[in-house]
Order: sequence, then C-alpha cells, then structure tokens
Amino acid sequence: MSASSTTILNLPDQSTAQVPKKNFITAEHGLLSWLLTGDHKRIAMLYLISITVFFFIGGAFAGLIRLELLTPQPDLVASDTYNKLFTMHGVIMVFLFLVPSVPATLGNFLIPIMLGARDLAFPKINLLSWYLYIIGGTLVLTSLVLGGVDTGWTFTTPLSTHYLNTHVITTATAIFVAGFSSIFTGLNFIVTIHRMRCPGMTWFRMPLFVWSHYAASILMVLGTPVLAIAIVLVALERLVGIGVFDPTKGGDPLLFQHLFWFYSHPAVYIMILPGMGVISEVISTFSRKRVFGYTAVAFSSVAIALFGFFVWEHHMFIMGVSNYSALVFSLLTMLVAVPSAIKIFNWSFTLQKGSITFETPMLYAFGFMGLFTIGGLTGVFLGSLGMDIQLTETYFIVAHFHFVMVGGMLMAFLAGVHFWWPKMTGRMYPETLSKMAAVVTFIGFNLTFLPQFILGYLGMPRRYHAYPPEFQILNVLSTAGATVLGIGYMLPILYLAWSLKYGAVAGDNPWQATGLEWQIQSPPLTENFTTIPIMDHEAYDYDWLEHKTKQEVTTVG
Amino acid sequence: MGISPVLWQFLIKWLTHSALFPPEASTAAPWMDSLYFFLLGMTVTGVVLVAIIVTTFSLRYRKSVHPVATQIEGSTLLEATWTIIPLGIFLIAFVWGALLYFRIYTPPVNSMNIYIVGKQWMWKAEHPGGQHEINALHVPTGQPIQLTMISQDVFHSFSIPAFRIKREVIPGRYSTVWFQATTPGEYHLFCTQYCGTNHSAMIGTITVLSPEDYKKWTEESTSGMSLAQNGERMFASMGCNACHSGNAAARGPSLAGVFGSKLQLTNGSQVLVNEAYLRDAILNPSQHVTAGYAPIMPTYQGQVSEDGLIDLVEYLKTLHTDYRVQQTLTTSDSDQAAPPASEVVKP
Repeated sequence: MSASSTTILNLPDQSTAQVPKKNFITAEHGLLSWLLTGDHKRIAMLYLISITVFFFIGGAFAGLIRLELLTPQPDLVASDTYNKLFTMHGVIMVFLFLVPSVPATLGNFLIPIMLGARDLAFPKINLLSWYLYIIGGTLVLTSLVLGGVDTGWTFTTPLSTHYLNTHVITTATAIFVAGFSSIFTGLNFIVTIHRMRCPGMTWFRMPLFVWSHYAASILMVLGTPVLAIAIVLVALERLVGIGVFDPTKGGDPLLFQHLFWFYSHPAVYIMILPGMGVISEVISTFSRKRVFGYTAVAFSSVAIALFGFFVWEHHMFIMGVSNYSALVFSLLTMLVAVPSAIKIFNWSFTLQKGSITFETPMLYAFGFMGLFTIGGLTGVFLGSLGMDIQLTETYFIVAHFHFVMVGGMLMAFLAGVHFWWPKMTGRMYPETLSKMAAVVTFIGFNLTFLPQFILGYLGMPRRYHAYPPEFQILNVLSTAGATVLGIGYMLPILYLAWSLKYGAVAGDNPWQATGLEWQIQSPPLTENFTTIPIMDHEAYDYDWLEHKTKQEVTTVG
Repeated sequence: MGISPVLWQFLIKWLTHSALFPPEASTAAPWMDSLYFFLLGMTVTGVVLVAIIVTTFSLRYRKSVHPVATQIEGSTLLEATWTIIPLGIFLIAFVWGALLYFRIYTPPVNSMNIYIVGKQWMWKAEHPGGQHEINALHVPTGQPIQLTMISQDVFHSFSIPAFRIKREVIPGRYSTVWFQATTPGEYHLFCTQYCGTNHSAMIGTITVLSPEDYKKWTEESTSGMSLAQNGERMFASMGCNACHSGNAAARGPSLAGVFGSKLQLTNGSQVLVNEAYLRDAILNPSQHVTAGYAPIMPTYQGQVSEDGLIDLVEYLKTLHTDYRVQQTLTTSDSDQAAPPASEVVKP
C-alpha cells in the first residue's frame, strides 16, 4: 500500500518494472492486424484515434467561429463560409465526436472486462460499426472538401430541402451511415450486458459505468432509427420532392422538427449518460468509497433514458405547437431534470467520510460536477415555458448545451481517458502537467461560456455572423476564453502521446481500484482473463480489495 | 502606467457602450425578468450548495486528515430530500413559466393587428391602414398589438428582446404573438431562426412612439390604400366576384359576413372562419368546400403572394354586404363586353 498521505497512486518499482511483453497491443503486428481485428480493445483504440482527429477538426472550426465573433462586423470570412463553419462544427462534434466519445472508446474497451467477459457479444459487428463510423466521417470530410454544407446541424426544412445548393445529401448520408455505427454499438452493449456477465455478476453488482452505458444503448437503438428516417425523408424531398415537409404540397414543415428532435433530444442523453458512468467510477475510486446510493444512481440512469424520449417538443415551444401540448412537455422536462439532480447529490455525498485524493481524473470529475450543475440548472430555464420564449434560439441556449456537452461530457471523457490510460497503455501520464491541463480547461471553459449566458438574455441570436456593437465586450471575453480552452485541450494530446514511450510503468492497479479491469495486467491480454473470474462481492467493495491485496502479499512473500 | 490616451478613450467608450441587461420596454418584460431572477437565484443557490458540499467534504475527508474511509451504503431519507426539494423547485418553475407562456401567447381581444411577412432576408410589416415597412416596425405605447406572421419561404423567428417576445414565423401558416410597448425608443428586431446566407442581416428596428407621435406617423406614411382596399381590387381583378357574387344562382357561397361565422362544410365538419381558414381556403379550396356547393374552385397556390393573401383576408374581414361586389364588373363580363369593340378595330 502507498505510504503517501496525498495520493493513492501505487506504482511498481520503476527500476525493475516493465510493461508486460504479451498484451493486446503486441499480440499481433502490422496495420492489417489492426484493421481486421475483432478485439474490442483494439477497436476501442481505433475509435480513440479517429474521434480525436475529428475532435480537433471540429475544434478548429470552433476556433474560427470565435475569431470571427471577436468583432461585430462580418469581416474574417464571408457569411456563407461562416454558416458552413458552424454547420460543420456541429455535425462533426455531435455525430463524430460526442455520440461515440465515451461509449465507443472507453465503453468498448471496458464493458467486456468489467463484466468478466472475453469480448463483446458480436466482435465482427463491433468492427463493422467502426468501419461505418469511418465511412460516415469520410463522407463528412468529402462534403467539406467539395465546398461544405450550411444547413446547421439541425437540417431544418424547408431550408435544407428547397433553399440551399450545398452538399446536403452527402452530409445527410454521412449522418445516416454514422447512425448505424451507433446503433450497432448500442446493440452490442445490450446483448453483452444481458448475456455475457461472468458467474456471480448480478445486475446490481455491475459497476455504474455499465449501468449508464446500458441506458445509453437503449437510447441509441431506439432513437437513432428515427433520425435515419428523418434524414432519408430530407434526401427524398430534395431529390424527388415527395412533399412530406412541403406546405405547398400539403406537407408539414414542423413534422421534420418532431422527427429530428425525437432522436436529437435523447441523443443528448446518449452523449451525457456514459460520461456520468465515468464520473461514478472516478469519484468512488478517489474517495475509496462505494458510490452513495448505488441503486438510486443506477435507476436514475434508466429513468433519464425513459423520460428522455418524451421531452423532444421542448425544442419547439415557440414554433406554434399547441399551448396545451407545450404544457405537458414542459412538465416532463422538469421531471427529467430530477434524476440528474439526484446523481449530483449522490456523487457529492460519496465524498462524505471518504479518504479523498486529488489525482487528475478526480480534478476532471470535480470540473464535471461544477459545469454539469450549471448546465443542468440552466436547462430548467429553457424547460420553463415562458422563459423559453426569451431564451430559445439565442446564445443562452448555446451556452447551456455547451455546458452540458462540453463542460459535462468532454470533462467526463478526459477524466475517463486519464483514469484508464494506465490500463489501456500500461503507462502513466505526467501528473503535474495533467493537473494543470485540468485546471486550465476548467477556467477556459467558464470564461468562454459564462458570458454567453448574458449575451443570450440580451437577445443575441445564435448562428449570427455579425452582431450589434454593444455585444462586443462579452464576445471578446468569450473568444479569449476559447483560446485558453484550446490550450487546455492541446496539452493532453501532447503529454499523452509522450507518455506512450516515456511514461512511468503503471502496473496492474495504480489507483487501487476495485473494478475487474484493475485486477488484470495493463495493458490486458487479448483474451482479457486467463480464467473467467467469479464475482463474489459488490461493486466498489474496498474491503474486498484490501483483503485480496493482503492475501497476495502473504502468498507471494 | 503610461496608457495611451487614445486607447484609454477607446476602452471607456467600449465599457460604457456595452450591454449587460436588456432594456424593459413592454408589459411582458417585468414579468419575464422576475421569473429570470427566480431561476437565476435557483441556479446560483444550487451551484453554491454543490460547491460547499464538495469543498467541505474534500477538506474534511482528504486522505491526509481521514486516512481510512468509512463505508456508507446510502440513506433513503437524504435521497428523498434531494429528490423532493429539487422537484418542488422545478415544479414552481414549471407553473410560473406556463402562466407567462399563456400570457405572452394569448392576445387580448382589443389588440390592434399588424401583419408580418418574413422572407429571405427581410421583414415586411403591413399595417391595416396601408402603411408598409421593411425591416422596421412603428408601434404606439399603451396599446396591445397583435402580430399575425407568416413566412414566404423558410422558417424565420421574430424576436424583440426588449419586449421579451419571440415567435417562430412559419411557411404556410399564421403564427401570432402580442405585446404592449411601454417605453418610447428604438429597439432591436432579430431573426433568431437560422434562415440561410444573410440570417444575421435579417434584422430591423422597432420604433416605439407615444400615441400622438404614432398617429402623426400613420398619417405621414400611409400608402393611400388600406389592406382591405387592396384586397377588394384583387378580389375583382382575379375574378373572385364572378362566383362569390352573393346572387342566388352564384356558383360560390357569398362571402359577406363570413369572417367569424361558423361554417358547415361538405365533409360534415364545422369550422370557425378566421384568418388562417380564409388563407387556406384560397390556397386549397378542395379541402374546404362549403356545404351545398360543388368543389369547382381552382387552387390559387403559387398565384397569390403572402402579401396578396393578407390583403384578401383583410378585405374579407371587412366585407359585410355583397352590394359592392355585385356593382363591380367581373372579369368574365368584361371579356364578353370586349369583343364588339375589337371587331370595330379590325379592318
């Protein structure tokens, strides 16, 4: 056990330790061995590399947007270019980064191991889902190279069907294909969680990470097909003019919004739920305690998934929907906020009487809690019918969903990447630098997006290329923050790459965590476990871990 | 510190001309702002509460102070507390918001109606008295004003932040919103729904005038023809009066007094005739055939602009007798009258 009183980090003796020669990375060699792999861990790595690439492309667009908004005049790029920038930023960040971020990388890597299985239920479908993702990504890049698309990521009809001559169909196809990648991932998770738990792994012994992925998978499998339908209808309307959304042919332009948000609201929970799973693991590990109210946290994930399907109309409160249906959807929106509040308090009280240390993943998790609380509570503004009239379609909404998606999900993703980095690569990242990156990200994020709440109440509309001069000072603050945030995101990619070769050898369980993934070597063997484990204790059972460690010491010593 | 005086002046100007809170210029603004401050209070309290809990626990139970964790399963009482209290607060936000929503989206009966047509990338305002404005709207204080809005192409959204109102402007259907301005001045008008290339240029100025100034403005800027007068002219020129003449043998129903009435349709349903119904009946007549008449009216889809439809609707709203309709020569009659004249001209 570590003697230090400020960290639980427990690394093997660096003079003798080495990364195990035989592991899933060294098991086979050559590019083809990666491209044709069925190993969930290798596929997770493929995903990790590809989503990182898309994150930085999308991030570059965000940078250009903020640079343009430094001045009130439309002076850096032309209006059409600006519209393409925010469209591509949205499409790439939502469909190619946020939706697959935690599930396809960390989820893919960890769910089989956490359940004590050797792989996901359908390894080949898992690989197929990565290929679909890459095809989708390539199509997005194609439309980008051909001249881009300027529909906004929401593809609002009839703008997208009748009034634009950019590459709408290419991008729509990209999203359609990438959607199937997410359906297959979800399907794989659901089947794996139902059928492949090791002996003794009952539903309520599963880590909360698995629970939250289970809830997100249900959303992926049930929600994504509706997006596919909406996208196909947009393409048909553009190509042959079937008129489903065209009022002159008896269609209804609002129907598209219903279909689109029926997916895209649950998509928000697809993005955030896996992140919540990460936070549960991290907070438990660094406070050496079982998550406070395990069952409540597990069920709140499922509750979010269920309610998440019945709130989509809150994106359309000002669009002339019936006042009474707006009433129902507003009420349901308030109800879906409650499970998120429960989670925040349960995580806070997990700290109570713990033995807390503040390693990088924990700092990111604290960042998540702060930013997600703001993001969640500002969501109540938008769910409150009257308030929504003033705030919707303004920068308030931009700030709100960035707090949830970027402040929430990206913080959780980074917490998870740092937490499981030693497991995935066998090496530690540099501790001081990474703590600094976490703090820089938190500060930069707040500086970027807090001014946007004020801009929103002032009425500055989103997707504006130019704006009245009295809004400038807040926009300058926001752009300044974006610069800091950019540095915060560049740092991890640099030091994580560095650590692949020079990082300290991590050993099996550097954090002394209880999950099954920490009881095997790092990086794991291709088959994960030499013998299938038997789960004989609850999740987050630190007494069991201590007992086990003691026994090992006695046996070996 | 030697700061350049030019830079200094620039900074002062910048700081004094930047906005932090929108002006309150309508009766809805104080209602909205009180809800806003309630929700802001909720957010600040929530964030501070979480911050205090996390900081306190982090200090008291950090490893150097509290080396061994005490396992706690959970506490139903605590969990019930933080389920019920947020739920209660959220329900207050729901009820308060709903009241405000119904207030902003339910126009009072005595409100003055102004039509708004949105198109890429401009706003047209049509006052009943025949004042037409582009990217501008003049309104008086102290008078509830209803906006009846429609888009000619894509979705737009009509937003006046100083009034705290906003409503989507949709192709193919009228949407309405109302406000009552309180403070004379000039305010921003934004299109808040992304509508293509010049979305951010689809802006305008709302000018709030005192009732006297407004009266002066209406007199100075009228086009000479009210919307209803324009509509009457169209009604004749498009030959509507050939069928809708009010004669006993007419092929179409009389339209005098039809606005506001309950109409029996051939499909058995009963409808209340309002602006939206009239517009729809002109564009899709076969869907709205009055009981007792044959479905012979052709569609006018694509032949009348949204402005023209507004004129026609306004005309029909003021049509209380068929007298003038019958006095107007119909297009078909004038066709019949023409041939003898042309025969004379022909050699």
